[in-house]
Amino acid sequence: MTTQTVLAEAASVSGGEAVTFWILAPLALIGAIGMVWARNAVHSALWLVLTMLCLGVFYVLQAGPFIGMVQIIVYTGAIMMLFLFVLMLVGRDASDSLIETLRGQRVAAVVLGLGFAGLIGSGLYRALHGVRAVGLEQANAEGNVQGIARLLFTKYVFAFELTSALLITAAVGAMVLAHVERRKEDRMDQVATMKARFRPGNYPGPKPGPGVFATSSSVATPARLPDGRLTDRSIPEILPVRELTAEETSLKGTEKK
Amino acid sequence: MSALYLAQDPTLADFGKDPWWLVLIKIVFAFVFALLATLLGVWFERRVVGYMQVRPGPNQVGPFGLLQTLADGLKMAFKEDILPRAADKVVYFFAPTISVICAVTALSVVPFGPMVSIFGHHTPLQVTDVPVAVLVLLACSSMGIYGIVLGGWASGSTYPLLGGLRSSAQMISYEVAMGLSIVAVFMTAGTMSTSGIVAAQAHGTRLNLGGWELAAPGWYAILLLPSFIIFFISTVGETNRAPFDLPEAESELVAGFMTEYSSLKFALFMLSEYVSMVTMSAVTTTLFLGGWRAPAPITTFWAGANSGWWPMLWFFGKVLILVFVFVWLRGTLPRLRYDQFMRFGWKVLLPINLVWILVLSGLRSIEGWQTRDRLLATAIGAGVLLLATLLWPSKKREPKPTLQEQANSRPHGSFPLPPMDLQVPPSPRTKRVVAEREPANIATGSDSREV
Repeated sequence: MTTQTVLAEAASVSGGEAVTFWILAPLALIGAIGMVWARNAVHSALWLVLTMLCLGVFYVLQAGPFIGMVQIIVYTGAIMMLFLFVLMLVGRDASDSLIETLRGQRVAAVVLGLGFAGLIGSGLYRALHGVRAVGLEQANAEGNVQGIARLLFTKYVFAFELTSALLITAAVGAMVLAHVERRKEDRMDQVATMKARFRPGNYPGPKPGPGVFATSSSVATPARLPDGRLTDRSIPEILPVRELTAEETSLKGTEKK
Repeated sequence: MSALYLAQDPTLADFGKDPWWLVLIKIVFAFVFALLATLLGVWFERRVVGYMQVRPGPNQVGPFGLLQTLADGLKMAFKEDILPRAADKVVYFFAPTISVICAVTALSVVPFGPMVSIFGHHTPLQVTDVPVAVLVLLACSSMGIYGIVLGGWASGSTYPLLGGLRSSAQMISYEVAMGLSIVAVFMTAGTMSTSGIVAAQAHGTRLNLGGWELAAPGWYAILLLPSFIIFFISTVGETNRAPFDLPEAESELVAGFMTEYSSLKFALFMLSEYVSMVTMSAVTTTLFLGGWRAPAPITTFWAGANSGWWPMLWFFGKVLILVFVFVWLRGTLPRLRYDQFMRFGWKVLLPINLVWILVLSGLRSIEGWQTRDRLLATAIGAGVLLLATLLWPSKKREPKPTLQEQANSRPHGSFPLPPMDLQVPPSPRTKRVVAEREPANIATGSDSREV
């Protein structure tokens, strides 16, 4: 029997629990509001981290130390970190534009959100008003971790396995999507790369740069070889070779005759 | 009275009964321990690395240069605190504090010793313990990543951002290996509380081999050797120490996530690095090296070694040895390449860990069997493994062509090669230079001094 269990078991909320709740509950709400209001995506993620941390502490207060810590490790430590990772790769100035694409959507969203919150709040209040926590003692009788483990591996083992199968499928799917197939013989080690570089027909030096002339210094201008020919190797392959046709070079017909 | 405290293991019921001033004393002690460990740790690292590189290291300020870190810290505090224009000011300010807070908080669940008497109060030498104390440690280390990542992002320039991205990828990958290696400890100890894990390592199982009573060692470093090795490797990865210090690889990223930091904020990052090194050593000691318990031969001669305040000595000794290993690694190994490092984490440490956990749970599930059946099952498993290793088809390597054959098989028009048996005649100029030069004056005798 740990102190937390005693705390949550008591019919009236104990002093420490109440103080923690009244400090952290506003913080959690502020985090949630800040997450929606923040312009910057990374700030948004950080507000969400604050909310999740507060939730983790609430779980610990409610005699669920295991789920509280797992919430912090998995959600804040790993998942939000991956979010941040992606946000940083995308760029730090990825702010939302405030132009409404659908007319009146903001008002509708606010009304619907408030309505939903009211429904959930009143429903929870009616369901839980005057209900006393019962059975925490029995649930945590042999320890919180052991109790969860017993339930997971006996009563809910099928759901547990199903979830894990789903997660594995998702992981394998992500891997298949991101995987680049490379056959073994296509993989070249350092010696093979070197040999291919010096194979006859391949020029081992760096490619020539595009031509810089008095008339043009565009990257699309091919450089000239010493014998006066143009070399294709000096321009990027994605650039279309654009030679002016006879009509284009001819007079446009706008000048006075 | 001392007989009362003989080898007393605190249990979870012993926590949460201290008066407030005792809690305060313990918290201040843990905090001061972290700060002092940093001060001495930086000095220790510089001296040891200096010794390994045959140079003295800091030896001017104070006795043996002990106050060098203090002087450096004071100097750092008086430097200009630069806030880059592109920085995100709030996040930039909070990032170093996040990493320090997380590193220090982890010390609160580390047991420093058994039950002792402080001003008449009978209390464990540990700030607090919870049924999920090891998860608290993991949570602290995973939250500590935020400091580094946010510091890198908030600096508003490229190198810190790259360092932050690297460190987030690195720490998440190595946290997985770390968490999995702790699973073996949970399975063997049957608890997640740190004091419980230390208590579980007190006595090894007794084996009865043909009339001989053998006491198997209780340390999980020996019982769960693969877990211990993987855990220690991943702690090095988790604390960003060499050879895994890729987030601050100075040859590629200047100083990584702390490139833009200066003055006290930089000092906080330094502090968090050393505190987390000490914390991780303390955690390794607790989980795998028997915690505060005296090492094996001492208890045989001296029964009181595990009672009173003595265990703190053993604990600090073990932590010091682990910190030395950290420094030793830094002085010995070159930094890994990033892709090799990630491959090592995901493709080596993780699969080995999973297989090891499988084997361990298999061994534990047949624990209740008859001795004969158990030995038989183990032998069959080991035999199958051995046969598989023996009969595994080895890849036939084609004989490598000789250099001459390779040269002959080159396609027409290849670069011209000199003949294979070419003998370059010595240059006539070399002879002349040698003849003109005076023989070098090499000091002989034993009194060669360092210059």
